[in-house]
Amino acid sequence: MPTVFGIPMAALFGQVVLGCVNGAFYALLSLGLALIFGLLNVINFAHGALYMMGAFAAWLLLGYAGIGYWGSLILAPLIVALIAGLIERLLLSHLYKLDHLYGLLLTFGLALLLEGLFRQQFGVSGLPYAVPPELQGVWNLGFMILPIYRGWVVAVSVVVCVSIWALIEKTKLGAILRAATENPTLLAAFGVNVPLLMTATFCLGAALAGLSGVLAAPIYSVNPLMGSNLIIVVFAVVVIGGMGSIMGAVVTGFALGLIEGLCKVFVPQVTATAVFVIMAIVLLVRPAGLFGKRR
Amino acid sequence: MAKAALDVKDLHAWYGDSHVLHGMTFHVQEGEVVTLLGRNGAGKTTTMRALMGSGVRRQGEIMVGGASAIDLPSHKIARLGLAWCPEERGIYSALSVQENLMLPPEVRPGGLSVEEIHQMFPRLKERAKSQGTKLSGGEQQMLAIARILRTGAHTLLLDEPTEGLAPIIVKQIGRIIAQLRERGFTIVLVEQNFHFASTLADRNYVVDRGRVIDMIPKHALADNKEKLVGYLGV
Repeated sequence: MPTVFGIPMAALFGQVVLGCVNGAFYALLSLGLALIFGLLNVINFAHGALYMMGAFAAWLLLGYAGIGYWGSLILAPLIVALIAGLIERLLLSHLYKLDHLYGLLLTFGLALLLEGLFRQQFGVSGLPYAVPPELQGVWNLGFMILPIYRGWVVAVSVVVCVSIWALIEKTKLGAILRAATENPTLLAAFGVNVPLLMTATFCLGAALAGLSGVLAAPIYSVNPLMGSNLIIVVFAVVVIGGMGSIMGAVVTGFALGLIEGLCKVFVPQVTATAVFVIMAIVLLVRPAGLFGKRR
Repeated sequence: MAKAALDVKDLHAWYGDSHVLHGMTFHVQEGEVVTLLGRNGAGKTTTMRALMGSGVRRQGEIMVGGASAIDLPSHKIARLGLAWCPEERGIYSALSVQENLMLPPEVRPGGLSVEEIHQMFPRLKERAKSQGTKLSGGEQQMLAIARILRTGAHTLLLDEPTEGLAPIIVKQIGRIIAQLRERGFTIVLVEQNFHFASTLADRNYVVDRGRVIDMIPKHALADNKEKLVGYLGV
């Protein structure tokens, strides 16, 4: 069997795929966080809970309404966005004039509350969610075996991230969002309903978390703690990419997923800490992150 | 008789606890060019911010084209047909020149077309793809004025449009304001450059310590020059 630095090729590429899948989730989640932080200046600690709720929405839609994976892929993000819209309007919007810390504390409290509610109702053992029949099986690429569903997750993530990037960089709506991030007061004086824009952005970020949850449901079990397990790494991704940077969130998300995968092969003992070591180095060298601008 | 485009009565404004406007009262007829003159810190820029509901707490009466604006949020005030070109210009660095130009939404029909704007400001067409803040100061000022002409707003609030600009650019801005007046725009001009403002304005309000202390129409400027010099310390 061919090897690279003494590691079998199949094992190496297996970890690369796993790294890409993890990276796909990091990218989608950190993209949502970056959008929310960029415009609302809120460090959304409830993002992991929104991701978890996306997975649960898919599970509940299947169990109680008979709506399968493909329907959930559309409906679950919409449900999560709706809940997020209520959170933003009823709670978060009252904190914008205060220090960032208040938004962080509120969303942290919300995350604990939501996780607690789901844990109370569903326990922590994890609920199964099957891979849809169309995406079951594997592709034999010759040098490795690729599970179709994992390839699908990476493809969806890339398409969604590129679409959001194009929306923000290439459209009139994106120009309004970029302007709102830079100077919302003046934008409002031009006649743009900035509070509505903020609600919509929070909903979009939450919908991305909900979509990630649906994508994750067949890979990881649906579990109330699935968000909190992931969110710390995702925050590290956002800090490394640069708070509020769309490009930074996406590129860093995929890159760190890949680095984690490679660490598992070459230096497994540092896998769990690699992301945080990189974060510390980046913060020392570029405090605003790799793609971020000083505020 | 022309209708009032803007009618401000007993306007008070605060930045936090700091009471800055102490009962500003003035009016502007449709198609008029009116200046707010005054020393630094007199409350001219705060008046602009208070009119737009932007970053200040306010009390009093503001009527825009007959509709009350005092209780409206900033984005709804803009939709009454009031457009603001702020002192700091507010060009967005994350946007290109063209994106900056196209940014403000159309609040009512009748705004200038992009072609008309490019005829008036040819440099903006030439530098359409440049980053907004890479323009020279004069070009940025022109962009700041140009982008509010597209929106259909009929009353323009121009805050110190000549500040920090070379004399030749100041002349250009003066010509543009005269053109806008010919097109029927109502203009409220905040200026410290009295000589610039006096050539354009129909009436001049003198502002001191957050209130209007005098109004001098254009035809009375020559007779009141000494008084004005006293007010403004120029």
